[in-house]
Amino acid sequence: MSQRNDLAEYLLRLGDSALVTGQRLCEWCGRAPALEEELALMNVGLDLIGQARGWYDYAAELLDDGRNADALAFKREERDFRNLLIVEQPNGDYAITTLKLFFYDAWHLPTLEQLSESSDERIAGVAGKALKEARYHFKRSSEWVIRLGDGTDESHRRISDAVDRLWRYTIEMVNIDPLEQELAKTGLAADPAFVAEQWQARVAKVFEEATLKLPEPAVPFYLNGRQGLHTEHLGQLLAEMQFLPRAYPDATW
Amino acid sequence: MLPGDLIARESAFDERTAQDLPAAWDCLGQVMDPEVPVVSVVDLGMVRDVEWVDDHIRVKVSPTYSGCPATELIEQLIAEALMEAGFRNPQIERVLAPAWTTDWITEQGREHLRAYGIAPPAGSGKRALIDAETPVITCPHCGSQDTEVVSQFGSTACKALYRCRSCQEPFDYFKCI
Repeated sequence: MSQRNDLAEYLLRLGDSALVTGQRLCEWCGRAPALEEELALMNVGLDLIGQARGWYDYAAELLDDGRNADALAFKREERDFRNLLIVEQPNGDYAITTLKLFFYDAWHLPTLEQLSESSDERIAGVAGKALKEARYHFKRSSEWVIRLGDGTDESHRRISDAVDRLWRYTIEMVNIDPLEQELAKTGLAADPAFVAEQWQARVAKVFEEATLKLPEPAVPFYLNGRQGLHTEHLGQLLAEMQFLPRAYPDATW
Repeated sequence: MLPGDLIARESAFDERTAQDLPAAWDCLGQVMDPEVPVVSVVDLGMVRDVEWVDDHIRVKVSPTYSGCPATELIEQLIAEALMEAGFRNPQIERVLAPAWTTDWITEQGREHLRAYGIAPPAGSGKRALIDAETPVITCPHCGSQDTEVVSQFGSTACKALYRCRSCQEPFDYFKCI
């Protein structure tokens, strides 16, 4: 594959993780445990959907096959999605939602830090903007992990259960993907080794404050979101998210 | 001649030229942010540049937040205001880099925010937000500095929710980014 295609692939990974996270957060609309939390989740989701659009716009230009950002979001199938497995997991209770977001934010922040200095001006522009937003996201989700972990017996139990349930998917935040490593060498993409190191350090620090036990590093298993090998949950999420544009093609407001 | 030319010529304005750019700035100073209708897009620092290119006016606009749902509406409002002021086919260019920062909000904009009941951003957007000390936010109602954050996220992406311990009133804080 050419570097142009590799780059488009990488942009889809960034966009898909942001979009799927945003879609999951929007599922809380009208049913969050408190009004302030509802506002926060919708704000974070909106930021991420806006960022996804930035990545898709650029990916669409590189792919140059007639598809625009909307087509990339709404007309691709499950196997074409490149998001991290963790972001497609169901929201569960507030501990699971919080922890999913925290693991993603702890990966997203160092990724954007690097991308804001990408050799590609367009990438640096989208990332520079997103970085300011991601700092707030990370701050919020880490505060919640600490509050739940170092809270009541029940909140501690719930977030500990969430760690057990989600930990296996964190392999994707720390493994070294060859395509990303190659792109990082040319200064285009975030260096996966740097991101992994940052992710581990941030998670360890917050877990300690949250009085949570840090599990052994996750190990690879048979699924891989970067290759389009997803859990069953993504298909259901896409069915809901893509229903309208597929049922009513070219519908407008 | 293009369709629409005739209509434009029948308007109260003569043909706009590069000499009219100051008038364009005045016009943009009247375009308010739809979500904070007391601050203009110029005072918010969203208008980065106004230039004359190929017989048309071109406005460079920086969105505040990636997902701000008002971005497209604001661009549309800018275009409409310019057309009403006699600028034909204004071009709106969205500029992401350098990323918009609250440092670009003018002193006048900050005053208007305060008067409207929104605490303006405190400190500099350049400073890292993580591990940085939480800045002291002054209550826009009573001026007390004894305030606390309720939530980092408020009614729009750009605002946080605060509460004043002195006058007990809740208020919005325009987040520093």
